[in-house]
Amino acid sequence: MTSALSIRDMVVTYDEFAALDHVNFDIGTGESFGIVGESGSGKSTLLRAVSGLASFDQGTLSVNGRPYSGRKRDKEFYRTVQMVFQDPYGSLHPRQTVDRLLLEPLVIHGFTDIETRINRALDEVGLGSGFRFRYSHQLSGGQRQRIAIARALILEPKILLLDEPTSALDASIQAEILNLLEQARRDRNLTFVMVSHDLGVISHMCERLAVMKNGKVVETVPRKALENREFSADYTRQLLVASEGFRRG
Amino acid sequence: MTVSVKPLLTVEDLRVTFPTRTGDVQAVRGVSFALGRERLGIVGESGSGKSQTGRAIMGLTPGHARISARKLAFGDRDLLTMPARERRDLRGKKVAMILQDPKYSLNPVMTIGRQIVETLKTHEKISNSAAKARALAMLEAVQISDPKRVFSLYPHEVSGGMGQRAMIAMMLVCGPELLIADEPTSALDVTVQLEVLDILDKLVADRGMGLIFISHDLRLVSSFCDRVIVMYAGRIVEELPAANLADAQHPYTRGLLNCLPTIGSDRHPLPVLDRKPEWAL
Repeated sequence: MTSALSIRDMVVTYDEFAALDHVNFDIGTGESFGIVGESGSGKSTLLRAVSGLASFDQGTLSVNGRPYSGRKRDKEFYRTVQMVFQDPYGSLHPRQTVDRLLLEPLVIHGFTDIETRINRALDEVGLGSGFRFRYSHQLSGGQRQRIAIARALILEPKILLLDEPTSALDASIQAEILNLLEQARRDRNLTFVMVSHDLGVISHMCERLAVMKNGKVVETVPRKALENREFSADYTRQLLVASEGFRRG
Repeated sequence: MTVSVKPLLTVEDLRVTFPTRTGDVQAVRGVSFALGRERLGIVGESGSGKSQTGRAIMGLTPGHARISARKLAFGDRDLLTMPARERRDLRGKKVAMILQDPKYSLNPVMTIGRQIVETLKTHEKISNSAAKARALAMLEAVQISDPKRVFSLYPHEVSGGMGQRAMIAMMLVCGPELLIADEPTSALDVTVQLEVLDILDKLVADRGMGLIFISHDLRLVSSFCDRVIVMYAGRIVEELPAANLADAQHPYTRGLLNCLPTIGSDRHPLPVLDRKPEWAL
């Protein structure tokens, strides 16, 4: 299996604080890879460093065999790697219509068949062209997250980075968004890197998952290990207990 | 043998209406329940009216909204006709509320200790030193290991879990009889959630308070509460003992339970809620 995304000894420091401490990952093409960890464990920093939103100080990153540095990335990179953020209320420009939001990436990357692409992108996320000229405040949380996914998919990326894509949504909307993401992955043979604190979501979406703590990867286990409780990290066990609800002790 | 006890809180046909440019929007449409000294969960999605129900009981509904009810009483006292002054005395002293995010609900320019002392001094005639001693004892009761240090910290200097403990301490320091917790752990890390719930659970049990636990998380609520009310579009669609959640009748409740991905179940795609218009009638 060729790896779509390969991270070697990645280090991100903020002043003296090591947010990422020599992290290694190999994620295969078409794989769905989950990352769990408590807040401050570095899981979001990792996605931001991979996506180019934050620079990394040491280590290497290669995407489909091409190496990229910590700072400058070319357009080709952004066509390959796109990201969906946690909060659909914060990640869409409040003064741009859905049309503008979807247009911008197409113009930047010099696409010509803009009209058909925007319509297709809206259809694909199940919204239809009626939503094209709305502002984001006229949409519900679930609809906004669909727009955010449409914006990420409109460039036909190969790798999608998902930073808690459903944690701001209601449970019933979460199910719809997860189904949409799975469908998109099947149709386009996408590679997913998904961060979540919900083990249920991760085990539903991902074949493998890594547990992070204090900027380090504590362990990497296949999905099956969750069902059979075959893991060693204490934090994984805590998360598993937490996913089963409150117990009076 | 049943002993009839006066309910702590009686809500009958509660309605909260927000006038808007396009007409009235009813956020809560005829909610009725009675609460004893028990743990009651209110579950619903965003927009179901669960938070507005809690706020109406607390008296924190925005000024432009209209509240009407056949009865809204705390013990024997009618909350609808009560003067604002009396309501203020009640709030914080007898009825307290814990909000979702300690980052936003604690005063950022006051130390945690001063905020707890402020609550005490508002409601009780108490000396500074006695108030401080009570505040420290309360911080200890919410399992903060170094109460003296936390007492003099500002909210931004503590973690989310610690902030929420401080919030619980502040709300319980006057010994309220009814506690309304509106998504008290949703902003916290999953593993910290259980610790905070555990503290809350023990304090509520020890002090014999009534608790209204408002949340969107059906599983969490049912594992924490004695009784669960499920709200949809401003109405109660189902009420059931938390232990019998699996026997829920209403398709909305069943749909909510069913759409959660769980470890070990392999359901692709996940079942989604098929919202029927008649649920909202």
